[in-house]
Amino acid sequence: MTDSVPPPPARPQLARALLTDMIRIRRMEEKCAEMYSAGKIRGFLHLYVGEEAVAAGSLRVLDPEDAVIATYREHAHALLRGIPMAKIMAEMFGKQEGCSGGRGGSMHLFDASRRFYGGNAIVAAGMPLAAGLAFADKQLKRNRISACYFGEGATAEGAFHETMNMAELWQLPVLFCCENNRYAMGTAIDRELSQVDLVAKAQAYRVPAASADGMDVIACHDVMAQAVDHIHTNGGPFFVEFRTYRFRPHSMFDPELYRDKAEVAEWREHDPIREFTDRCLSEGLLTADDVGAIERAADAEVAESVAYAEAGTLESVDTLTRDVMTPPGSPQVAEPVS
Amino acid sequence: MKANYRGAVHDAIADAMRADDRVVLLGEDVGRYGGTYAVSKGMLEEFGPDRIRDTPISELGFVGIGIGAALGGLRPIVEVMTVNFSLLSLDQIVNTAAALRHMSDGQFSVPVVVRMATGAGRQLAAQHSHSLENWYAHIPGITVLAPATVADAYGMLRTALTSPDPVIIFEHVGLYNLSADLEELVPTDIANAALRRTGGDATIISYGGCVPKALDAAADLAAAGIECDVIDLRVLRPIDDATILESVRKTHRVVVVDEAWHTGSLAAEISARIVEQAFYELDAPIARVCTVEVPIPYAKHLEQAALPQPDKIVAAVQGLFGDDRRAGAQRPGMDES
Repeated sequence: MTDSVPPPPARPQLARALLTDMIRIRRMEEKCAEMYSAGKIRGFLHLYVGEEAVAAGSLRVLDPEDAVIATYREHAHALLRGIPMAKIMAEMFGKQEGCSGGRGGSMHLFDASRRFYGGNAIVAAGMPLAAGLAFADKQLKRNRISACYFGEGATAEGAFHETMNMAELWQLPVLFCCENNRYAMGTAIDRELSQVDLVAKAQAYRVPAASADGMDVIACHDVMAQAVDHIHTNGGPFFVEFRTYRFRPHSMFDPELYRDKAEVAEWREHDPIREFTDRCLSEGLLTADDVGAIERAADAEVAESVAYAEAGTLESVDTLTRDVMTPPGSPQVAEPVS
Repeated sequence: MKANYRGAVHDAIADAMRADDRVVLLGEDVGRYGGTYAVSKGMLEEFGPDRIRDTPISELGFVGIGIGAALGGLRPIVEVMTVNFSLLSLDQIVNTAAALRHMSDGQFSVPVVVRMATGAGRQLAAQHSHSLENWYAHIPGITVLAPATVADAYGMLRTALTSPDPVIIFEHVGLYNLSADLEELVPTDIANAALRRTGGDATIISYGGCVPKALDAAADLAAAGIECDVIDLRVLRPIDDATILESVRKTHRVVVVDEAWHTGSLAAEISARIVEQAFYELDAPIARVCTVEVPIPYAKHLEQAALPQPDKIVAAVQGLFGDDRRAGAQRPGMDES
């Protein structure tokens, strides 16, 4: 359920948890980049470095029975929904021990047991899916939320507009989480959108909306709590804009010709992890030793996940065509029926 | 009992909805309007607006919602008005519904049924006359059905709703008024092709709206002394090779009839399968009767000229034989007068 939200000084436990989540994401993503350069990870790799406050602040607010649908930049969401880092790393290594059996890779992390529906590599394609999950919940009278993460670039897609319209029209419990990192791949927001006020965009469909500083993990947490409360109280959808920034290139193939190094440096001045660490230290929520311990634990988790992925095995090509269709007699959908 | 195709689809949906609360119908004008082809007429009154859900004109969005609802535990039937508009929803069908099970390592199946009208013949011109069944039949991860009889219109839809995986059903617009005298409507298999007529001289393979044309042609050919097997594919993915090959091994001559354009068509796929698996059984090259490679024109005579017709099928079958059995000719020994 929603954490109650007293002012920050009263929340040392929450602060520790949020910082831990952000550091785990950062260390995992940095290791992914390293493993990519080492040739262990291939395909497309989209890293979340710089945006950690969004996933860390928001996902903690959701219930385990809520659904999460994310994009191709979803390692953080998978991790914070509870998929073991080792399973994520093994997936990126293409090993059968990975959370998608090596069939998905970086962009298609899944976990039915945690209601984590991917990992969708088509921009905005997760949005109708989230609305459909919410539609089923409403139809079957289940009180839970479907949270859908997407970038601001997705708001130019038809799927965004169609889904916003139907979610509001049918009062579906969808939580639209827009990670506005200011670039649709390499196209800056003011070069891709006629209306850059994303809250206004949501409100055009009468979807209640709020915006938060996506570099401030507490702000992300609080706005998410507001959104969840709204949905539980009112039933219909809610739209949140998280204003954030990605520090690294779009993917490992991106030469970053479209933005100034100075702009990146300026945003890096507002590193969500460093700023929140400083705040926790200055407010006495955590000590330097605490932070050191969090970092060491994250490094150990990363090292273990790489070892697990390295030790993982490759599936035999004999089973190449499995799971194209559901085999007869197999337990059907992961979703419990009725 | 007397039944027609439209009513059979209606009954399949209604019976499924009565049997299972998880079944819902989503689509443009399925509710108050009663369905563009009047398939869902009266259902809103029986099942209510939550289960008979009128959607905005948002094919990508509501097909995606149907897929998500299937993941969430419902058994949605999504009606896309016609295959022409389904192009707007291709992304959700191809990139999500068909791929989800595989890319999630078998964690998520998508039990959604997507129905759409297909085909030409009603002077609706280039944007409303497509036959793009082959586009869908190309995709691993989905089952593609083309019921061509009243019994299958009911039976295949009922069985499709028991599938754990996505099923796309094509209902040819020319079939909705088809009627038949049947004892009862029952679920039918969604795995096999069916032999609709038996003959030893040639095999005509078809599906959907071309099946009645193939049967008409076969009747004409029989009058001229050529007896044909007529195979109704019924299931366009996966294709039932066994039924096709058994017939080819019997008749050694094949015509494939398909309302799609020749290029990249299912007719091409069927031909390739026969060549791969039964080339030495053939006594003549495989012939195809497909749509002329032109966007479907409005004017009636031009539209009809573009589409497969019984006389074209007759000519194609006759072309598989020597001159003595071509159009107008009679069999040796029968010309005694």
